[in-house]
Amino acid sequence: MPPKGARASTSAAAKSRSSASTPASTSKQSPLSTLYNSYVDNTPKRLKVIDAFLVFLMLSGIIQFIYCALITNFPFNSFIAGFASTVGQFVLAASLRIQANPENGKTFPAVSPERAFGDFLFGSVILHFFVFNFLG
Amino acid sequence: MSTGISSGRGASGPGTRTAYRLPTLSAEANKNVLSLLRLIIIFLIAGAAVSSRLFAVVRHESIIHEFDPWFNFRATKVLTTDGFYRFWNWFDATAWYPLGRAAGGTAYPGLMVTSGAIYNLFHSLNIPVDIRNICVLLAPAFSGLTAWATYMFTAAMKDDAAGLLAAAFIGIAPGYISRSVAGSYDNEAIAIFLLMMTFYLWIKALKDGSALWGVATALFYFYMVAAWGGYVFITNMIPLHALVLILMGRFSSRLYVSYSSFYALGTLASMQVPFVGFQPVRTSEHMAALGVFGLLQLVAFVELVRSHVPSKQFKLLLVAFVVAVAALAFGALVALTYAGYVAPWTGRFYSLWDTAYAKKHIPIIASVSEHQPPAWPAFFFDLEMLIFLFPVGVFLLFKELRDEHVFVIIYAVMASYFAGVMVRLMLTLTPVVCVSAAIAMSTLLQTYLDPKEPTPVVEGEGTDAVEDARSSTRASATTTTAGSRRAAVAESLSSTDSDLLRPASPVFGGSSSKFGVFGLDSRFFVTIYSLLLLLVFVLHCTFVTSTAYSSPSVVLASRNADGSQHIIDDFREAYYWLRQNTASDAKVMSWWDYGYQISGMADRPTLVDNNTWNNTHIATVGKAMCSNEERSYPILRKHDVDYVLIIFGGLLGFSGDDINKYLWMIRIAQGVWPDEVREIDYFTPQGQYKVDDGATKTMRESLLYKMSYYRFNDLFGGRPGMDRVRQTPGPTKSPELDHLDEAFTSENWIVRIYEVKKPDALGRDLPGVKAFEGGKRRKRAFALPAPAAGGKK
Repeated sequence: MPPKGARASTSAAAKSRSSASTPASTSKQSPLSTLYNSYVDNTPKRLKVIDAFLVFLMLSGIIQFIYCALITNFPFNSFIAGFASTVGQFVLAASLRIQANPENGKTFPAVSPERAFGDFLFGSVILHFFVFNFLG
Repeated sequence: MSTGISSGRGASGPGTRTAYRLPTLSAEANKNVLSLLRLIIIFLIAGAAVSSRLFAVVRHESIIHEFDPWFNFRATKVLTTDGFYRFWNWFDATAWYPLGRAAGGTAYPGLMVTSGAIYNLFHSLNIPVDIRNICVLLAPAFSGLTAWATYMFTAAMKDDAAGLLAAAFIGIAPGYISRSVAGSYDNEAIAIFLLMMTFYLWIKALKDGSALWGVATALFYFYMVAAWGGYVFITNMIPLHALVLILMGRFSSRLYVSYSSFYALGTLASMQVPFVGFQPVRTSEHMAALGVFGLLQLVAFVELVRSHVPSKQFKLLLVAFVVAVAALAFGALVALTYAGYVAPWTGRFYSLWDTAYAKKHIPIIASVSEHQPPAWPAFFFDLEMLIFLFPVGVFLLFKELRDEHVFVIIYAVMASYFAGVMVRLMLTLTPVVCVSAAIAMSTLLQTYLDPKEPTPVVEGEGTDAVEDARSSTRASATTTTAGSRRAAVAESLSSTDSDLLRPASPVFGGSSSKFGVFGLDSRFFVTIYSLLLLLVFVLHCTFVTSTAYSSPSVVLASRNADGSQHIIDDFREAYYWLRQNTASDAKVMSWWDYGYQISGMADRPTLVDNNTWNNTHIATVGKAMCSNEERSYPILRKHDVDYVLIIFGGLLGFSGDDINKYLWMIRIAQGVWPDEVREIDYFTPQGQYKVDDGATKTMRESLLYKMSYYRFNDLFGGRPGMDRVRQTPGPTKSPELDHLDEAFTSENWIVRIYEVKKPDALGRDLPGVKAFEGGKRRKRAFALPAPAAGGKK
């Protein structure tokens, strides 16, 4: 789990940095800077807040993983609990971001943004219950 | 045909032509009647499911049946008498005698906790039910819940009608009943309910794209992990579904949300079960789920970027990126497996792929009868007509192929393969067969019960026109989905048929197209035929349940010539003899099959039991059984064995006795001590496995053979007795035992218990003592009075 989980979180975090905006115009810029500009311009503020949270979670997970890889994995359950809490919280927050994005409204006919936030809270409470139970 | 058309004309208004008149109700009343009917049907199905599982309890008594349930029952008693925390840390010192077993950490606790919770609930309501009755009746109760879960699952696939049919099928299908009759207190009793519930919630989560249902899936997955080792099936089915959806190009944000929330929580939750531990991150069985989780993150990211970047080259680069990372991750997984960080497949799972593996390398897996591949008749016996409706249902699902249909198709393929490899996995096949057969059957019935008549061809038109019309309707039928057709019908009804306000039927959806079923007679015949099939199915299921699957293995029943029943109760007779006439710490050695029953019924420590975690210890017992007395006596003494228990069916014709299992004992012992135990020594030079005078010397001198036929000839007046299992005469002269004393033999000689003699007080060897007592003096025998050898404690 550790190596792939870490890679998974980096890639999904990169997704969060990408924008949910309309396709940018074809300019002479490199595609990466096109991405960055359209993200800064077109993302609603509340989604940017979620993105900041996602970046924080990703950094936290990376630090934990580096600690585990370089120093010790001795209380392995504690490492798993901490790392799984960042991965799980990241995934739940990413789900919230996808569901709360007004552009995805037609993909989720059954889920309103408020309902998505409720789902996020419910999932996080359950997740942290298991995390605390597993910390040992 | 003509009568049907005319009656159809008379029945309805000018807008739609129907073959017969449907009751006209308001939309409200229609809805209420349907939901009432649904409720009644579900309750009746649950009633049928519970009552068809009670044959064994009604005929015999309310006891635990097979071998494994006796451990579950004992563990549940520990849970209810000592409390949850004692159960969690329960160290069972009486099993695997010198070693002991940390039972709390090496069992799936879901079953015990469930029945413990039910026990506490009943007691808090002042309904003092014995824990044994709760354990006996747990499986029937959960079969009712399984029927409900299957209804929900199938209703999500097609509609309520198919759901009800599927619930009825799984309620009485023998493939599921065989593992869930009353008294079968095994993990499968609750596992199939949890399996269907987890799958239903997964489908629901995928349809809605809701994290809430994803978390609910994870919670039921957690319950399933706590209940049954077959949770690995779910761990691989759901990722496989997600992977196939990605490969089909059906990735959506809903898939991302549902799978990610399920995996992140479900994996962490599954690690809370002590028996599972770190397996979800360390073993190959769980790597598919992890890989798909990573792939899904990658694909979600790339899909998003791809839609926002105009450059074509960049898009190509992104696809290449996904492929490269996926290949890299796969390579890393292979490297980690080779380096030993990720454990390879365990033998039990590996033997599902390489079917010859277990027999070659792990005889203990191959020795279990339910790990053999089934023959064709087993499928018809367990599933009757469902087995030929099953492919039809899969075909119908292929025709529509929504995201959730892909799941059933994958499930059908995988479960069919596994059931073809191992009899025991018929259990996981049964739910999908029921679902798929219900879809086929309900499609058939809906087509032929639909009262709408097709528009007849006008007589003046030629056959070409008919052909044209057919092809055009076919083309239109393929493009429109059922839902839109239904909406169209409702619209046309409300617009043209305003005087006769009939709500669009929730069941029948076909529009009045140019082709369909004409007349009442064809409808009648097909419907009657289908009903007949369904009725025969019920008869078959009841017959199979009653005759094949409702016999407690603890009690053997046979019929006398006049039809009256004769009960053979030798097992309990012997176990209770052990319980009442031996010291409470007397160690009993037997083959591992009877370990759980001895500790459950006789309450004595055993050397090996059905939890076959230590192969060497089992091989030790096998070696003691198949060596001669001089070699096995030290083994028995070293393990403090007081009694040896064997099963002998030669007198009564009970085929599952130890002589028939003997070859497996020899093989397992040979696997550990190849130069001391050799299978070939037990066969005659012609390669025959004989028990009469033609048996080899090794066979005749082995401990188990001697114990089995000891005093056998006395029953026949000294002449060679007839062994009714092997259908050969026994040995002409009964074998003599020097190191063991016969302590107990049950009424029909099924269970024989021998006591291990203590070493002689004067230091003589035991055969010498016996010879001395028999009056045969040795040259250097002592002139002392013989001590009372082998006295009871």
